[in-house]
Amino acid sequence: MSKELFVKKYSDKVEALDNGSFLVSYEDWKDMSKHINKIGFDYLMCITSYDLAVDEKLGLAYNFYSTDKKEYLEIRIEFHNSDKIFSVANIWRTANWHEREAYDMMGILFDGHPDMKRILLPEDWEGHPLRKDWKEPDFYNGMPVPKDKSYWE
Amino acid sequence: MYKILDKSIIGADEMVLNMGPQHPSTHGVLRLKIVTDGEVVSHIEPIIGYLHRCFEKHCENLSYEQIAPFADRCDYLAAMHMGHAYAISVEKLLGIEELPSRVEYIRVILAEFQRISSHLIAIGVFGLDVGAITPFTWTLRDRERIIDLFEQVTGARLLYNYIWPGGLAHDLPPTFVNKALEFLDYFEPQIEEYNNLLTTNKIFIERSADVGVMPKDVAINYGVTGPSLRGSGMPFDLRKDEPYSIYSKFDFDVPIGEGLMGTVGDSWDRYYVKVLEMKESIKILRQALPQIPDGDVQSALPKKIRPKKGEIYSRYETARGDVGFYIRSGGKNTPTRLKMRSPAYCNLSVLNEISAGWMISDVITVLGSLDIVLGEIDR
Amino acid sequence: MTSALDYLIELLAFTGLDHSILVVLAIHIPALAIFLVMVVNATIAVYVERKVAAFMQDRLGPMEVGLFGFKGGRRFWGGIGQTIADAIKLLTKEDIVPDNADKKLMLLAPFIIFIGAFLTFIAVPFSENLVVSDFNVGIFYIIAMSSVGVIGIILAGWSSNNKWSLYGAMRAAAQIVSYEIPIGLTLLLVVIVAGSLNLGDIVQWQADNRWFIIHSPFTFVAFFIYFISVVAETNRTPFDIPEAESELVAGWMTEYSGFKWAIFFLSEYANMLIVSIVASVVFLGGWLSPLAILNIGIPESWMILDGPILGFFWVMLKALFLVFVMMWFRWTFPRLRVDQLMYLCWKVFIPFCLANLFFVSIWELISGTIFR
Repeated sequence: MSKELFVKKYSDKVEALDNGSFLVSYEDWKDMSKHINKIGFDYLMCITSYDLAVDEKLGLAYNFYSTDKKEYLEIRIEFHNSDKIFSVANIWRTANWHEREAYDMMGILFDGHPDMKRILLPEDWEGHPLRKDWKEPDFYNGMPVPKDKSYWE
Repeated sequence: MYKILDKSIIGADEMVLNMGPQHPSTHGVLRLKIVTDGEVVSHIEPIIGYLHRCFEKHCENLSYEQIAPFADRCDYLAAMHMGHAYAISVEKLLGIEELPSRVEYIRVILAEFQRISSHLIAIGVFGLDVGAITPFTWTLRDRERIIDLFEQVTGARLLYNYIWPGGLAHDLPPTFVNKALEFLDYFEPQIEEYNNLLTTNKIFIERSADVGVMPKDVAINYGVTGPSLRGSGMPFDLRKDEPYSIYSKFDFDVPIGEGLMGTVGDSWDRYYVKVLEMKESIKILRQALPQIPDGDVQSALPKKIRPKKGEIYSRYETARGDVGFYIRSGGKNTPTRLKMRSPAYCNLSVLNEISAGWMISDVITVLGSLDIVLGEIDR
Repeated sequence: MTSALDYLIELLAFTGLDHSILVVLAIHIPALAIFLVMVVNATIAVYVERKVAAFMQDRLGPMEVGLFGFKGGRRFWGGIGQTIADAIKLLTKEDIVPDNADKKLMLLAPFIIFIGAFLTFIAVPFSENLVVSDFNVGIFYIIAMSSVGVIGIILAGWSSNNKWSLYGAMRAAAQIVSYEIPIGLTLLLVVIVAGSLNLGDIVQWQADNRWFIIHSPFTFVAFFIYFISVVAETNRTPFDIPEAESELVAGWMTEYSGFKWAIFFLSEYANMLIVSIVASVVFLGGWLSPLAILNIGIPESWMILDGPILGFFWVMLKALFLVFVMMWFRWTFPRLRVDQLMYLCWKVFIPFCLANLFFVSIWELISGTIFR
């Protein structure tokens, strides 16, 4: 079982969470991601970024799937928002866009990403809107943002 | 595949061609920044986000019930699938294991009709992309009949908001089963007509076979799913591999690309897999329609959706591939974070890999064969 | 075969003016007639094309705009006034010229294309005597004039200052110039057999012997090569890559609107008619009645259909059938890719044409010595 292989190798470095996922530290992620790929998790389904809203901490959840063994693995990393996370875009190339989206929406910085820029929002957008502390700006590109929304509610 | 000239020999420049956001065959507001050398494309950068409607941000401010119609609007060509996928994920979050079997049957039937209607658009538009206009009107004509069925059931033609977490909005109308069977009798021979007109057309084969070949490992590495992955010869279908709902009760096959006209994983295979999948959907429908059990479709609807703290990731096989909902619940009636893994988003990311080195016309062909929906990509 | 121009000059001779002045005066009447033919042809062809498309696509097509109170509705003549309304709309539409376009060339381009089609009509026979000017080198003139249009296309693509237009123009140039060759070679084959470049002589040869399409296996093949090549030359599907709407938006016409765009359309449909008439004259016996070739068991009274009065009818029937086939192509086939198009021309058609030319010469030599 691939999942066991992962746990066996990094037993002292991972923290098992109640829904079967593992919390790892971002310093170990570089080694771990390569190992995860090696033990057969060839399909990275999703990278979810989330904001813990305490101590300026952000999180990333990686959902892996093994197309051979039909196995799931979820890895979570939680870190301070100024930490740089190892980019897995060169291992699973689907991560390229997922990581760009995480940067775009949550402002997570990735280390070694081939083409880091905004993806869904315009290039001149300021801030990262899915952060819990994100405030709607008063002006966008000089245009006032309507605050009174009663007319469309 | 064409060899790209060594520019240093002739001192020629490359031209940047900006395809979209307003272009007839970018399937919406997709923009492709294409670096071309004459007709040959050396690099493609898809630029997305023109249809971004802040789905995920909205979800953080809406209760779980209110998200359901928003989920529909993500993939407007397969809204039933999105509603179903979202309902399944919330049920998983709430720990609802068992639903009334009438609910499950109706969900599966509507999902399979939706798959046919979405594939009809996909194959018609693919024909349009390679220049054949008539198949498009033929497939739309037949899709119209499916939409009429949906209208009868849900009252809406495009965005249904019919499948709710825990049940359905209301029951089926009494004449639905007969009309649905009637449609299947009409529709089954039509697939042969499409094959005669488009699939086996010599020019069509010339245009799509061997073009934009996506090997299996590249597809998996890029997270490509759905008919595009199956076109690469990988028999991966969540309905078969990890049956959700009641798919395990039905007998159907997972068609894969076999390289009948060229290489395995070319545009023709990706197209033909969709044609075969429509036949499989008909097979499922023929089994499911006569045996819808009686029952109440709303008995399992939760009074209030307030899940416990926790996270789930649930998957669903839509017409375009593997949609995933990652929901973090903070114990309130709104999710703390909802991330949608959109299949077309991942499918589109492979575009540069498989169509660089081909011609401008081939980029359109490959894009058409990937069957993207911008609503789902941009969310 | 007398031409309309000669006839008019004779008619005007009573004025006693000098011959050169008479030519200038007389030339205006056929010119007006050609223009009318082009306009009427485009109006009807657009309407028919839309109805044919609608029929093939299981829909109704235009059905709202009537003509003199005939509305038609769902019946086949429904929307009979649609193209007239469209034409009026196009003529009164704002003419948009992009800021960075080369304005003079952009204005010039549609007229060059128009003139190409217009001048070709001079040598196109509508019936035995219904031709503006009867050249000795009619076929040669038609081939030469029909390639004038490509200059206009390149000009249009270049002056629009738009990358799509430029792509369309470059594709059009490559395509039209390439397909001139198989067209020329297939017509040359006919010229070899008939021994004349004059269209009247070619039809006369067919009257004496048999239609070219059934004359020998080589001319039979030549007809199909010619027809496919002219479909490519007129930029119709499956060879419409210069204006490939799913790739290049509208190709070289992208930046054109209103009146200029209407002229492009006029010329496109005029070219369709020209190549179809040439095909019917050269290969399908022109104004000869098809009844003549199956004259077994046909009552004598029917042979009136073979008469000279009905020449126009037969030419147009054959030509319009070919126009219909072109429409049929358009609504059935996908589009070829640009390199496949070139492949078809240079590696399939031209070798076939050359072989054809060689074998037809041998065929004529042998059949000439054995059967004569």
